[in-house]
Amino acid sequence: MPDPSALAARDVSRRYGAVQALDRVSLEVRRGECVALIGESGSGKTTLLRCFNRLTDPDAGVVLVDGADVSALDPVALRRRIGYVPQDGGLLPHWRVRRNVALVPWLRGLGDASARADRALGLVGLEPAAMADRWPRELSGGQRQRVAVARALAAGTDIILLDEPFGALDAITRADLQGAFLELRRALALTTLLVTHDLAEAFLLADRVAVMRQGRVEQVATPAELLETPATEYVRALLARARVHA
Amino acid sequence: MKRVRSSTALMAVLAAALALAARPGIGALAAQTAGRPVMVASKPFGESYLLAEMFAQLLEARGIPAARRLGLGATEIAFAALRSGAIDVYPEYTGTGLLAILHQQPSPDPRAVYAQVSREFRARFGVRWLPPLGFQNTYAIAVRQGTADSLRLRSLSDLARVGPTLRAGLTPDFIGRADGLPGLGRAYGLRFRDIRALLPAVKYQALAAGEVDVIDGYATDGLIAKYDLVVLADDRGFFPPYEAAALVAPGFTERRPAAVAALTELSGRLTEPAMRALNRRVEVDGEPVARVAADALGELGLLGVAAARPGAGARPAEARAGLAAYLWGERRTLLGLTARHLLLVTVSLAAAIALAVPLGLALERTPRGAEAVIRAVGVLQTVPGIALLAFMIPVLGIGVVPALVALFLYSLYPILRNTYTGVRDAAPDAVGAARALGMTPGQILRHVRLPLAAPLIMAGIRTAAVINVGTATLAAFIGAGGLGDPIAAGLALSDTRMILSGALPAAALALGVDALLGAAEGVVRPGG
Repeated sequence: MPDPSALAARDVSRRYGAVQALDRVSLEVRRGECVALIGESGSGKTTLLRCFNRLTDPDAGVVLVDGADVSALDPVALRRRIGYVPQDGGLLPHWRVRRNVALVPWLRGLGDASARADRALGLVGLEPAAMADRWPRELSGGQRQRVAVARALAAGTDIILLDEPFGALDAITRADLQGAFLELRRALALTTLLVTHDLAEAFLLADRVAVMRQGRVEQVATPAELLETPATEYVRALLARARVHA
Repeated sequence: MKRVRSSTALMAVLAAALALAARPGIGALAAQTAGRPVMVASKPFGESYLLAEMFAQLLEARGIPAARRLGLGATEIAFAALRSGAIDVYPEYTGTGLLAILHQQPSPDPRAVYAQVSREFRARFGVRWLPPLGFQNTYAIAVRQGTADSLRLRSLSDLARVGPTLRAGLTPDFIGRADGLPGLGRAYGLRFRDIRALLPAVKYQALAAGEVDVIDGYATDGLIAKYDLVVLADDRGFFPPYEAAALVAPGFTERRPAAVAALTELSGRLTEPAMRALNRRVEVDGEPVARVAADALGELGLLGVAAARPGAGARPAEARAGLAAYLWGERRTLLGLTARHLLLVTVSLAAAIALAVPLGLALERTPRGAEAVIRAVGVLQTVPGIALLAFMIPVLGIGVVPALVALFLYSLYPILRNTYTGVRDAAPDAVGAARALGMTPGQILRHVRLPLAAPLIMAGIRTAAVINVGTATLAAFIGAGGLGDPIAAGLALSDTRMILSGALPAAALALGVDALLGAAEGVVRPGG
C-alpha cells in the first residue's frame, strides 16, 4: 500500500549527547503541500528537516520519502532527488552561477545540465544572460538566495527542503522572495518543508504549520486552526507574541 | 579524485627515484675499490681546511688521486662520514677524540692520550690514527707581549699570582665547560678582576686594543702570530693534549698502503709556530688555502723539485678585488653551485609536496588522528639541521642523498599543516550545501575543499620553499655542495667575500623561488 504523503516521519527520535533533539516526532507532508516547522533555536526543527535527506539519521523511528524508508536508500542518491536551500545560500564561491545551478543535474549525469540551469534561473526571476556568468560574490543577498532556490529546482525535483531560506535578508528583499516562492511552489506543485523562526513567514507561505518545542511537536495545523484552537499554552503564547493573523 | 590519484603516483615515482639515488650512498663501503680517489675531508675551520689540503696535495704528489670534501659539518658529521667509509681521511685532534667521541676523561700526557685513542678507536670503530703531525692545538691562554714583560708572566702559575688585577675576555664556551675556566680556576687557584664573554671573532681585537688583558684561544691560532701575543705555559698540565693527526677510515690502512705511506710523511713534521704562521696566512691574510698548503709542503721538501701546483679552489694572487669583480670572477663556479642548490631545493620540495598534500587531504577525512600526526611531523622541524644530518650518515652516507632527505623532512610541516587546515576549514556553508545536494565525500574534496584550500596550500608550499632554500646551505656540511659551500668555507677562513658569494645568490634564489610560486598561486587561485 503506497503512502500518500511525500514526506513522513513516524516516532522519530534523535539524541546528541545529553540533548534530546527529537523526541518521538511524527509529521506528514502531503504531495504539493507546504509545511512550515517553527520553533525556537534548539527546538529540533532543523534536525527534523535533515532527517529527510539523511544529513541526520534518527536513533529510532521511521522516515519516509515518497513512501520509501530512507534508511534503506543510498543517502547520496536520495539527496540528489531532493532540493535543498540553506539560509546562507551555500553557493560554491569558486564556481560561476550557471555551474552552481547545474550542480545536481551534473551530479545526476543529465546531459543538458547548463540548459536546465538557465531554465531554473528563469523560474526564480533571474535573467540567465545577465546572471549565469557571474561569481557568487558579485550577487546581492536576495539574488544569492534566488540562485540557491534555482539550484534546488534545476534537476526537476518536486520535493524541496528549505532551512530558514530568507532569514538573513532585509525586510523588503524577504517580502519579494516570499512572494516569488509562493508563486513558484503553486505553479510547480512543489512539496516543501520549510524551517523558519518567523511565524508571519510560516503563516504566509505554508499550508500547515508545525510548532516544535524541546524536540517535540506541540501542534500541527493550518494557520486558521492554530489561531482558533491553540493546542497548548505554549502555542497560545507564541501566537500572542507574534500578533499574527490568518 | 583524478588529481589526488595522480599526485599519489608522482609520490611513488619520487620515492622510487630517491631509493635508487640512495643506493650508492648505502653501498659506499662496498664501492670502495683501490682505484677510486682518496676522499680527503676536513671540518669547517681554517686549520682543518689547511691540513686536509696538505693531505690531498701530498697524495697527488705521490701519484694518488685525491678528492676533496672540505668543510664537513663538525666532529659528529666528519667522524660519522669516516666510520661509514664515505670519506677516507680527515685531520682530527686526540683530545677531541677522547672527549667528544669516546667521552672519556683526559690524561695530561700526550703519549698516553694518543695511545688511548689509538687503541679504543681501532677496537670500537676500526678507525686508525696515523702518527701525530707534531703539533698540538690545545687551549691557549694568551696575553699581550707588554703585559707578559711588565708582570713577568711565562706560565699559568705566574698568571694566578696577578689574576685578580687583570680583566679576562673569554669565549662563552670556555667559560662554561668543565675543561675550561671552572677547571682552570681550581687547578691554578686562578681568579680575574672581571670576566667578559667575547666571541672568537672579537676577542683578539679586544685584547690588542687593551680592553681586556687575558684571552683564551687555540695554540695555533693565526691571530696569536699576527698580534705577537704570548701564550702562557700550562705548567701544571691542566689542558688535555690536542695532538693533530690524520684519522683514516676502517680498512683504509690495509686497502691503500701507498696512500697511508704518503700521509705518514707529514707525521712529526709540523710545529706549533709553523702552524701559527700558516694559519695566519690563511685566516688573517686571506691567502688561498691551496697555495699556503703547497708552500708548506714545499718548505718541508715533500713536493720534490716540482713547483707547487695550485689545487682546487685556488685564487689568483692579486685577487683582492671588490665584491662585484670577485663574483664575476667566480661566476662559473657560482653558477654550478646555484644549479646544485636549485636541484636540492626542487627535488626535496617536490617530494615533500607529493607526500604532504595527499597526507593533509587524507587527514581531513580522519580528523581524530590528524593533530597527532601533524604534531609528530612538526617535531621533525625542531631537530637541529646538523643533528639530523649526523643521524642519517650511518644509513645514507654523505653527499646529495642525505641532504635531499633532510630538506624533504624540513619541508613537510608547513605544507602538511596548511593543507590540512585549508581543506578542513574551507567555506563550511559551501561544503555543507554540497553534501546536502548529493556530492560524495570524494567529490566534495576534489571539487570544493581542494580548490578552496588551494591558496592556503600554496602559501604552505611557498613557506616551505623559502625555508628550504635557506636550509639547503647546510648541505655543504655533508658534502652535498650548493651555495653553502662558499658560505661554510668563507666562515672558516674569515673571508667575507666568499661568504657573500654564497649568501647573495642564496638570497636571490629564495626571492626568485617565492616569486615563481607566487605566480603559480595566481593560476590555482579559485574563482577569478
